[in-house]
Amino acid sequence: MDRLVFLTATGLARGLVVALFALSLVIVWRAARLVNFAQAAVATVAVFAAFAVTGATGSFWAGLGAALLAGAALNAAVERGLMRRVPSGSPLPGMIVAIGLVMVLQSALGIAFGPRHRPMAAAFDERPLVVGGVPLLSPYDLFVLVVALVVVGLLAWLFNGTSLGLQLRASAAAPEVSRLLGVRVPRMVTLGWALSGAVAALAALLLVPTELGLNAHSADLLFVHAFTVAVLGGLDSPAGALVGGVAVGLLVSLVTGYLGAGVAPLAVLALLTLVLLVRPGGIFAVGEVRAA
Amino acid sequence: MTTTTSTTPARPAARRPEPRARGRLTPTQRILLRAVLLTLLAVAATFVLDPYRNYQLAVVAATFCATAGLTLLVGLTGQLSLGHAVLMAAGGYGYALAANAAAGAGLDGDGPAGVARVVLGLGGALVASGAVGGLLGLAGARLRGPYLAGLTLAMVVALPALTTQVPALGGDQGLAVPFEGVPQALSRLIVVEQWHAWLAIAVAALAVTPLALLRSGRAGLRMRAVHGDETAARLAGVSPGRVKVGAFVASSLAAGLGGAVLCLVTQSIGPGRYDLAFSLLLVVAAVVGGLGSLGGAAAGAALVVLLPWLVDTVTAAVGVPADLEQRLSGNLAVLVFGALLIVVTLAWPGGLARAVARRPRPRPRPQPRGRTDAPATPPQPSER
Amino acid sequence: MSHPRPVTARPAAAATGAVAASAAACLALAGCSTPAAASPGISDDTVTVGTHQPLTGPAAAGYASISAATKAYFDYVNDHGGVHGRSIEYVVKDDGYNPANTQTVVRELVQEDKVFALLGGLGTPTHSSVLDYLDQNGVPDLFVASGSTLWDDPEGHPNTFGFNADYVVEGAALAQYAADQHAGQKLCVLGQDDDFGQEFLEGVELAVGKDGVAAHETYSTSNQDVTAQIGALQAAGCESVLLATVNGFTALAVGTAAKMGWSPRWLASSSGGDYPTLVDLLGEDVAPALLEGFVSANYLPFGPDGEWVELFRQINDEHNDGARFDGNTVYGMSLGYLFAEALARAGEDPTRESLVEAVESGDLEGNGILPLMFGPDDHSAFDGVGITAVTDGVQDYVGATYAVGGGKVTEVEPQPVPLRGEGVPTS
Repeated sequence: MDRLVFLTATGLARGLVVALFALSLVIVWRAARLVNFAQAAVATVAVFAAFAVTGATGSFWAGLGAALLAGAALNAAVERGLMRRVPSGSPLPGMIVAIGLVMVLQSALGIAFGPRHRPMAAAFDERPLVVGGVPLLSPYDLFVLVVALVVVGLLAWLFNGTSLGLQLRASAAAPEVSRLLGVRVPRMVTLGWALSGAVAALAALLLVPTELGLNAHSADLLFVHAFTVAVLGGLDSPAGALVGGVAVGLLVSLVTGYLGAGVAPLAVLALLTLVLLVRPGGIFAVGEVRAA
Repeated sequence: MTTTTSTTPARPAARRPEPRARGRLTPTQRILLRAVLLTLLAVAATFVLDPYRNYQLAVVAATFCATAGLTLLVGLTGQLSLGHAVLMAAGGYGYALAANAAAGAGLDGDGPAGVARVVLGLGGALVASGAVGGLLGLAGARLRGPYLAGLTLAMVVALPALTTQVPALGGDQGLAVPFEGVPQALSRLIVVEQWHAWLAIAVAALAVTPLALLRSGRAGLRMRAVHGDETAARLAGVSPGRVKVGAFVASSLAAGLGGAVLCLVTQSIGPGRYDLAFSLLLVVAAVVGGLGSLGGAAAGAALVVLLPWLVDTVTAAVGVPADLEQRLSGNLAVLVFGALLIVVTLAWPGGLARAVARRPRPRPRPQPRGRTDAPATPPQPSER
Repeated sequence: MSHPRPVTARPAAAATGAVAASAAACLALAGCSTPAAASPGISDDTVTVGTHQPLTGPAAAGYASISAATKAYFDYVNDHGGVHGRSIEYVVKDDGYNPANTQTVVRELVQEDKVFALLGGLGTPTHSSVLDYLDQNGVPDLFVASGSTLWDDPEGHPNTFGFNADYVVEGAALAQYAADQHAGQKLCVLGQDDDFGQEFLEGVELAVGKDGVAAHETYSTSNQDVTAQIGALQAAGCESVLLATVNGFTALAVGTAAKMGWSPRWLASSSGGDYPTLVDLLGEDVAPALLEGFVSANYLPFGPDGEWVELFRQINDEHNDGARFDGNTVYGMSLGYLFAEALARAGEDPTRESLVEAVESGDLEGNGILPLMFGPDDHSAFDGVGITAVTDGVQDYVGATYAVGGGKVTEVEPQPVPLRGEGVPTS
């Protein structure tokens, strides 16, 4: 029973990071009808920036700011420099360019920084609070929890409660009509990418201290899990990303704890396959899958 | 590799397709003739190569099987699979299990027993890769672009876990398979690497020729129709689901044969070879060669096998500091591949195949939706 | 790669062009093939040996320094006149710990570089993929750098010899030591989900029985989050945790447990128990506190006061640019020393056969803390290990030494080999 409680708490904390990253995929999808396969590589570059800034200033918060800025700037550059030039009409070229970008960014990081893992300290104590003899969440996990919820809340408000959010949604859903109505569609698309880059960088930054250290491939598995989550919840649905993230986090944690680490990737694959076959558009999909 | 870019495409109707001038051969006969000639040419090439180059040639031939399958799938039906490495692995495991079972059942000598073992192994590869490909195809028929790509991606990532969890697959170390030596009659003439290159070339011919026939025939037309406009295709009596599954299975069988050859040549199969990086390299080969082009797939296969080795040789020859050389090794080739992928997709959408042939641009076809200037994946000029 | 081609080329011509171009490219870079000469890799004044190592990729962080150390030792030998007047050339190829690359680079070593022998090929999945190839080509496959039991197979692979004490031996010795120190405690195992973890667990169960393991968790190298496993071990009330982990995951396990406020006794395999490496991974500020009392196993002379370490440090400074001195340095140089000794004993004019005979003769001494096991029926190097511990930031042997044989673990006396002369074997 203690074990179940512990594994559930851990899964929840990890799941929220995954959910956050999945949310960043949802934002790009909403802005550009494209799954950004390069999101993990962009986020890793941003974390390297945070690492450098934290190393120079000694402040975690300065590093956090640097990561958000770097993620946003890089993704905006990707959109302006590359994605805008991709022939539209089929989702294929966009995905291929993103995959090319992953290879370029990760190998460039590998050349610049070598293969070693750089240890990264968490901003808060990672010792769990013990409740009734059972170790539960650490202050760091609570920090992750709060950040994730705040970001989700902010995004929900941005998209649903502001005029900017309305323009963002409109330019993604109906670019031609929006243009006629005076929305500057290209700017909105870039903004969506930047926003998504910042969120992805934040998620990766929260993840790395719980791992071996910073390395060019630090966020790879995060992307796979987050993509699974985004598909589970439907690429269009922020709420789906949140629920899906927690579900995948719990699944990985419980399966690892009870059946062994080797079974976890298979469990994720099985879940993904099952959902895709039963509901090809994700659990939270409304109506037909929208293929760009 | 030169990256000459022509950003102003020739106008669609600037040039007419060249008139038919190949005598009385039907398209099928022409493809078969071409296959025989190319196979003989490749076999002839093995005589001028040393054993190590012959080994590389065998690896290129095996990779070609997979890239040919992939280029057909992506180029003609628009389904992006990031998991072709897993299909190759399925073929490799199928080969290993069948060949080992055959060896265990008494087929453990040279000569006819060896031939039977290899044939059974290839059969096993076809069964395994066909089964996995069929399942994926069923999923692919229901899923669109990013969902299918994501599912195949998750599959590649789960492969090592699968091999660890299923004892018959031998975990990280994988399985060893029987050694196939040079037949008695040839043993004075050639060494084993050359023999393996012959086997690889023969299997590649077996795997790719049906794809060429498929592409030029009615099936190819149906695939293009489904890719172009599913609704219109359905109205014309073509079932998109069936076409997509068929394309996936054909593509998988070719990839599976490639995996089987690799397993035969290296005498082992394990999950380490078929990781995500390799899977992405297959995509690079298909895209850089030119989506939909089998000749391009061959060039792409040679590129992804030989370029890493070439880059390492060059960095070693240039004499950079040891520390930097260590970091460049492996990474630099990936950097080049990634850049190629981007450049080719954005500026040079026909890939090597188009650059070589300078064929006229195809006529624009109706797009399903959205604004478009150039078709993303231009279909091959028809072989009317 | 540009292809001058007529404008009217059709797909067939394009494909032909591709094949012809690659053939031409290959031809330009290599000669044509005829069966190989008698004794490759040996000339009047050189011996060429090769190896495959992970210099790039995730495994590089833990192991890239081994081959550099071996090379430095060979430079030292060559400066002292080589072995029988021949200098040793060590060709190191990067395989990124990917069996596919191993298969390619080993063929390149054998067929292009014409190496005399393969030395210290690193990794179980990587090296096992070329075992048959090396056997069929009669290439001596000496001192594989992995603790798998696969290398000890004189019947199946007569040219292959191991170097590490195998994982079974390490697991058994560490478990026995833990049981001897604290009777009746809860003993648990965290292992990699492959042969490393499985063989280590076998060893542990050999020493303390199946019932002696209170909890067993596994990790997969693809997932760097071991919180669930550590949490499960903590919940099971483990007091000592035996680790079949590589250095990176040892650090991860110790670090994760510390973050959870848990500090059991740690006992790690030699593959994941190198103190300087762990300090680097955990960060210099926290590592000394976390690793105080950390137990591991070893069989090489790495005690900081020994004469071997003194020699190796000197070689490291002079021939290896003063790279960080750690367990990998000692490992790499000891490997080089053992090869030099085998080569010296293979005669004035060594052949591949005489090299293998020299190893099988049982006369090799090496520089380990226990006698080598090599013989006609045994291709494993060490059947026992010594226990090490970290005290005040210094990792050294504590004296307890165990040998494993006939299905049981026995405590034995260490028999270190003294350094002779300048550390260059002469016969």
